[in-house]
Amino acid sequence: MKIGLFIPCYVNAIYPEVGVLTYRLLDSLGLDIDYPLDQTCCGQPMANAGFEDKALDLARNYNELFDKYDYIVAPSASCASFARFNHPHILEKAGHQCQASQKTYDVCEFLHDIVKPYKLPGKFPHKVSLHNSCHGVRELKLSAASELNIPAYSKIKDLLKLVEGVEVLEPNRVDECCGFGGMFSIEEPEVSVCMGQDKLRNHIATGAEYITGADSSCLMHMEGIVNREKLPIKFIHVIQILAAGL
Amino acid sequence: MSTKHTEAAKKFIANKEKEKWHDETLWGVRAKRDRLTKIIPEWEVLRETAAKIKMHTISHLDKYLDEFSKKAEANGVIVHWAKDAEEHNKIVYEILQKQNVKKLVKSKSMLTEECNLNEYLIERGIDVIESDLGERILQLKKEHPSHIVMPAIHLKRQEVGELFEEKLHSEKGNSDPTYLTRVARKSLRNEFLTADASMTGGNFGVVETGDVVVCTNEGNADMGTALADIHIVSMGLEKLVPNHKTLSVFTRLLARSATGQPITTYTSHYRKPREGCEMHIVLVDNGRSQLVGNKDHIQTLKCIRCGACMNTCPVYRRSGGFSYTYFIPGPIGINLGMAKNPQKYYDNVSACSLCYSCNNVCPVKIDLADQIYRWRQSLDSYGKAPAMKKAMSSGMKLLFAHPSLFRMGLNMAPIVNHLPRFMVYNGLNDWGKGRELPKFASESFAQMWKKGKVKSKNKNSDE
Repeated sequence: MKIGLFIPCYVNAIYPEVGVLTYRLLDSLGLDIDYPLDQTCCGQPMANAGFEDKALDLARNYNELFDKYDYIVAPSASCASFARFNHPHILEKAGHQCQASQKTYDVCEFLHDIVKPYKLPGKFPHKVSLHNSCHGVRELKLSAASELNIPAYSKIKDLLKLVEGVEVLEPNRVDECCGFGGMFSIEEPEVSVCMGQDKLRNHIATGAEYITGADSSCLMHMEGIVNREKLPIKFIHVIQILAAGL
Repeated sequence: MSTKHTEAAKKFIANKEKEKWHDETLWGVRAKRDRLTKIIPEWEVLRETAAKIKMHTISHLDKYLDEFSKKAEANGVIVHWAKDAEEHNKIVYEILQKQNVKKLVKSKSMLTEECNLNEYLIERGIDVIESDLGERILQLKKEHPSHIVMPAIHLKRQEVGELFEEKLHSEKGNSDPTYLTRVARKSLRNEFLTADASMTGGNFGVVETGDVVVCTNEGNADMGTALADIHIVSMGLEKLVPNHKTLSVFTRLLARSATGQPITTYTSHYRKPREGCEMHIVLVDNGRSQLVGNKDHIQTLKCIRCGACMNTCPVYRRSGGFSYTYFIPGPIGINLGMAKNPQKYYDNVSACSLCYSCNNVCPVKIDLADQIYRWRQSLDSYGKAPAMKKAMSSGMKLLFAHPSLFRMGLNMAPIVNHLPRFMVYNGLNDWGKGRELPKFASESFAQMWKKGKVKSKNKNSDE
């Protein structure tokens, strides 16, 4: 089983440690991982803003680059979701068949559904508030969306149970949007920041030391507000907890 | 970079206290909806069934409209067809004129709002009285609805109290909701007794019997239709369901989705005129038939106007109904506005973070967020794409389509961390409104990979 690691553009530049720990964790589980160097971005920022045409070359590049792997794994639910659900119709319009999209997984989803580890080595003796991100919940279905009448489950909570000492809490309005939304955050800055402030209030009210989640983009947006307003909470990507001690 | 929605939302949010109250009130409705839907084990099956019934009906609309109108006519109802808003208003006015109607009492109808009927009739000398409490408040205040189910949700009771003091001579300073409702009721009672004609919308048209079904909580539709000799129903073409069996799926979904009630207080079936009276049904197209052939947006025709997408929308709750330029706000309004006239209503497509919550609450499973995404793709072809978003997308494409350029960018990015603050947080930086920028890492993942800093422990032990 050969795994292609997709490190989304902003993770590459801003949160490289999330990429490194994704690699280390998968490596520690005995998996064969490669990082094709010519990768850049999945194209989501432009497409969500209304410019799918500008995402076409990126989708094509992604699919050619990752075609040879059995699985493509990314530490970002939103980017993985975009590749899986949007690349096919973007490429179809240009007469291409999508190769890699159905093999693309968010790392939490991949661990939970495919690798299924029964233990993880690390300890993380802290309280964390889980950020259930929109695309993680409502597209990749990492947990039961609060709107639906379906049995409760959470793939991320299941994984966190394998780490000793971590106490997982969830905010009120458990999967309400934090207001990032790609270019939405700069086109509607007032609404975006207001949503982020409300989300943070709910996270902080859990009494957690950290906010954790599968999407660094949501964390980046909320961290921007925390740094501006000097709020008492820290951020950690869920992979940094799962790979604790590696 | 801003749309009319952005600007209006900014003003709404500036009144922090009211924004918070609006958000919490509507979230409360969403929470009530969640509680009610979760005690119905087959809720998701109901949604799926409703979605299929609606798609079936819409895709056989010609046949069903024909059958429905024949049934209604056989019941003694006069059926009218209106191709657009203007024709609709003309038809209604002619009915009223023919019977020398001076006063018309209306129950809540978003379609008459869509057609601007009230203004049309008032200009022609008809006394039009809204009888739904929320609509009546707005009529007295000369405002339009900010929500399709709770039209006056943007007003606090104190504001209603002040309005009633002025218009209905209620006690000064008394904003007790029960008291204010009684004041409105008393004044409306007289209007009901003196009206010559009544008008309702139609939540559903039942093809097998020709019934029009009207769902209300206040009984005002029934009061109006029971007292006046003329009843006019104004109904969109898409409101049909095949029979009573399929109707029952929707009556279970509607109120639970809309307000978190098991069912509306009144679910009234109107089949034929009372002895010696008239009943009219005006079936309105006004752009609906165009959508039947539009595969990207046909699903908007499934809408039963419950408003659940507004209550769950994090943007709607924090920007209010009046921040949208179309008369229907929220996710469904963004889509209906674009379907109506993209050149005119493009400002609303920015009002979405693509969180997809609307898709999940919609009782007829309209792909609301996906449609907003698709409308965004079309903005450029109308010449309405925001220039800065376009420039940013082009810039990103340039960077990302050239892996070596991207890697060079990664190497240079940390320099931004050391720019003076005034250069980073200037007026052009919309991110900087309320947020600090993230710091670029001193070494990107790609750099570390190239330098061999990320490597397998398994492979090392093999070597």
